[in-house]
Amino acid sequence: MNKLVVSPSPHARSAESVPKLMYGVMISLIPALGVSIYFFGISVLIITAVSVLSCVLFEFLIQKYMLKGKPSHKDGSAILTGMLLAFTLPANLPVWIVIIGALVAIGVGKMTFGGLGNNIFNPALVGRVFLFISFPVAMTSWPEPLQRLKYINAETGATPLAVMKEGMGKQPVSEIMNELPGYLDMFIGKMMGSVGEVAAIALLIGLIYLLWKKIITWHIPVTILATVVVFTGILWLIDPESYADPLFHLLTGGLLLGAIYMATDYVTSPMTKKGMIIYAIFIGIITVLIRVFGAYPEGVQFAILIMNAFVPLLNKYIKPKRFGKEVKHG
Amino acid sequence: MSQIIIYTIITLVAIGAVAAIILYFVAQKFKVYEDPRIDQVEEALPAANCGGCGFAGCRNFAEALVKSDSFDGLNCPVGGNDTMASVASILGREAVESAPLVAVIRCNGTPEFRPRTNTYDGASSCAVEHSLHTGEGGCPHGCLGHGDCVDACDFDAIHMNPETELPEVIDDKCTACGACVRACPRDIIELRKKNKKDRKIFVSCINEEKGPIPKRNCSVVCIGCSACFKVCPHDAITMNNNLAYIDPVKCRLCRKCVVVCPTNAIHEIHFPPPKIVGVAKETETSKSKENETKQKN
Amino acid sequence: MGLLTFSLGGIHPPENKISAGKKIESPGLPEIVTIPLAQHLGAPSKVVVARGDTVKTGQIIAEANGFVSTNIHSSVTGKVLKVDLFPDSSGYRRQAVQIQVEEDDWVEGIDLSDTLVKDFDKSQDEIRKIILNSGIVGLGGATFPSHVKLMTPKGKTAEYLIINGVECEPYLTADHALMLEKHDELIVGVRILMKGLGVEKAIIGIENNKPDAIKIMEKASAEFDSIVVKPLKVQYPQGGEKQLVQALLKREVPSGGLPIDVGVVAFNVGTVYASYLAVQKNRPLLERVVTVTGKSVKKPSNFLTRVGTPVSYLIEKAGGLPEDTAKVINGGPMMGKALSRLDVPIVKGSSGILLLMEEEAYRKETQSCIRCTKCVTVCPMGLEPYLLMTQAEKAMYEEMEGEKVMDCIECGSCVYTCPSSRPLLDYIRLGKGELGKILRARKAV
Repeated sequence: MNKLVVSPSPHARSAESVPKLMYGVMISLIPALGVSIYFFGISVLIITAVSVLSCVLFEFLIQKYMLKGKPSHKDGSAILTGMLLAFTLPANLPVWIVIIGALVAIGVGKMTFGGLGNNIFNPALVGRVFLFISFPVAMTSWPEPLQRLKYINAETGATPLAVMKEGMGKQPVSEIMNELPGYLDMFIGKMMGSVGEVAAIALLIGLIYLLWKKIITWHIPVTILATVVVFTGILWLIDPESYADPLFHLLTGGLLLGAIYMATDYVTSPMTKKGMIIYAIFIGIITVLIRVFGAYPEGVQFAILIMNAFVPLLNKYIKPKRFGKEVKHG
Repeated sequence: MSQIIIYTIITLVAIGAVAAIILYFVAQKFKVYEDPRIDQVEEALPAANCGGCGFAGCRNFAEALVKSDSFDGLNCPVGGNDTMASVASILGREAVESAPLVAVIRCNGTPEFRPRTNTYDGASSCAVEHSLHTGEGGCPHGCLGHGDCVDACDFDAIHMNPETELPEVIDDKCTACGACVRACPRDIIELRKKNKKDRKIFVSCINEEKGPIPKRNCSVVCIGCSACFKVCPHDAITMNNNLAYIDPVKCRLCRKCVVVCPTNAIHEIHFPPPKIVGVAKETETSKSKENETKQKN
Repeated sequence: MGLLTFSLGGIHPPENKISAGKKIESPGLPEIVTIPLAQHLGAPSKVVVARGDTVKTGQIIAEANGFVSTNIHSSVTGKVLKVDLFPDSSGYRRQAVQIQVEEDDWVEGIDLSDTLVKDFDKSQDEIRKIILNSGIVGLGGATFPSHVKLMTPKGKTAEYLIINGVECEPYLTADHALMLEKHDELIVGVRILMKGLGVEKAIIGIENNKPDAIKIMEKASAEFDSIVVKPLKVQYPQGGEKQLVQALLKREVPSGGLPIDVGVVAFNVGTVYASYLAVQKNRPLLERVVTVTGKSVKKPSNFLTRVGTPVSYLIEKAGGLPEDTAKVINGGPMMGKALSRLDVPIVKGSSGILLLMEEEAYRKETQSCIRCTKCVTVCPMGLEPYLLMTQAEKAMYEEMEGEKVMDCIECGSCVYTCPSSRPLLDYIRLGKGELGKILRARKAV
């Protein structure tokens, strides 16, 4: 007979594993990727492939030669970071900029903190914000949809949010809206924007998949979207000629991508349901503040990074509902 | 242009001056008197903050040293007599000499001597395994080999030997702070007097059960036969609950007990190979033991 | 309408009730039984026999040593070989009485027939006394002496008796089998305990993966309005006392409290059956239903086993130890203890023997925490296992008190669900132990 194995209970394990969760998220990203390939063509494939490969490579190199730890590039988290980073970039971004973004995302955003599970900020967003600040021109010229075979040489334009920001205060909102694609086009993704953020419908399908597979809970994405709708709705009701309507805010920019994929990142979001809701409300508020009153047309990335910094605080002070009230002894 | 620079400099200097004045007054007002000797004593301490003295850190220990009138029960095991002497001179007191100690692992349950009967598959922590079962080898007292003591050591003085699956103490680095003693859930580690050339003789077992049952788990167990107790010419060995204990202070390192132990539970370390030891038969046995000890180290 | 269940957390591991529907059988008597003196929570019993004595089945061999303690009876007839230290399931040696089995000659005055005795005329005090003398403890696994539970502390009143027929542990079917075969006896037992406790209402909670048991118990209790059977949604750890009370009555047992704080006392169906035998048949607790199961076990069974029977004997009777067995568990896969040896005895708290094959026996490699919040979500006590583990690893035991670690019921849901296979409960248990020491020391001062 074999030696008996002795271990503390429980002796049963679920089939859950880190790679399984990561691949689950990747599967949910496929519709968005598909729509993006349809509108932006080959350039999407180049950007995504470069981003994923360089993220995995950097993770492998840093883990092996700098941290001298066990290889962690196989757990899927680097692939996911690569995909998410690519999703936040314009499709016509030169390859070398993408590689720099991947280096910052993995190197600065993740591995400096000790690798998966220890980072404070969402690595993909760290990479994106770094590029956004370092290469403002390249990062704000977006290819127009349906130029499938063009990459860097694609015709470019501004995103609906940038157009809105530009025009706000100078002309009424209804006039600006006439220059923009219709809501149906926005919904299916036929507008200018980053690789993964354009197709609202594909992102919503992804959300449903994530919720169905219980990879994430509804708390963060739904609360962010609801907060944005309520906040922009109030502004819109006050003065519909100065402020865009809530639907416009929902469908444009990186809001859906941010709310569904970036803010829900396990490592950088709160541990309790109550904490998640507070975190999400603030992301919504900060996003709208930046979009409507701030200097940048888009604010989701900053809102999420700012709230990431507050997560440890939320974890410390927001506790889950405990079972049973305290009894007073004596 | 130069005007701007001048104004800038003037403003900055002014701000700095005002801040300095405020800081000065605040510092005066909220000043806390502290015995200056605390700083001096702390300076003299090794700053390891290991807690070996029983205080939370070197600063707390320094405060306690300054406050108390004598050195009773206050000793820095890390710095040893030198440190305590310099502390004594700062405080103008008599230094109390204490014998330097070293940590000793009182288990020799290598896989060879203590065959593994179970596989443990849980958190790699002696404390966790100890609370779960007797260990992979079945001995309820033996070393579990997850290295809680290694993790506790601040001085890199204790390491796991992957072959013997037992920890080993590097005598030169060990400061006898006692962190490993506290970390071991089975109380295997003991602080013993340091001898010349790091020589040691000790019972490498803490089993208190009598008879054949412990022997089934481990071949180098102390079975409480009292042979060493009878042979010791210096009254250094006591028998407690079927376990022999060699008093490190009384022991004169004559090695008679090592020879008589039927289970090789008594270890001699850092001794030269014996040249002339009484009867020939005895020489043989102790030689074989010596070799064994060497192999183990 | 949704079925009743508890509100916080919970998981649904594969049920694997392989031995469900198997009749309760007797495995016969082994040659030697070893009866430990500490089979219950509280002080170990005081042994009253000595080496060489001949004992009869049902004779007291150890007496209660204090209030929270109980009697232990000989489960066989034979000669006492030794009163000595014997290894228990952990391998540590503890006091036990070893008896060489000769025959099965019961002490006089015990009714060994199977006939159902419905009527009882014992008073409340008499019932409590019989429960104490018969050595009855909670057979759900906690083995808390039952007579203590029947004594309602001053200032508190019991309102409900809850019968735990949940059996939420995967694999185990002992309680299920008991409900199917001894339903009428169980209802008499429930009435006895209601009287012993002095309550008017009893609720039997059964998970709805046992529809046959629900049906049969409903039928058996039909004539009594005071006894209700309530089906429950399948969710682990519903068999936890606090979870069950909440599921059935929506009452939350306070942190650090007992069900009696909300007017409830809970008993396992096994305990109820033992109480029936004790009061109506004068039979002390010396045997219990033990499920022997596992995916590779040839003959999964529900054995009516005498206390002290070696585990290896039961495994033999269930078709022998399968070749690929790597782990043997006393209890279910979630809360059971892995055995380090097979010569250890069945005790009053053993509800099952589970044999795991090589491929199910090992844990997966531990990875770093990705803070997925799954452990927080499934914790039925609303704790944060990830945090508690970190604190225990760093020996921050006093901080763990504020995080309510003492409320942990060690159900293992967090470890079950962790995608990184982290040893959460290993460390939480360590922290509980260390904090317990600190708290006791604080109390002593």
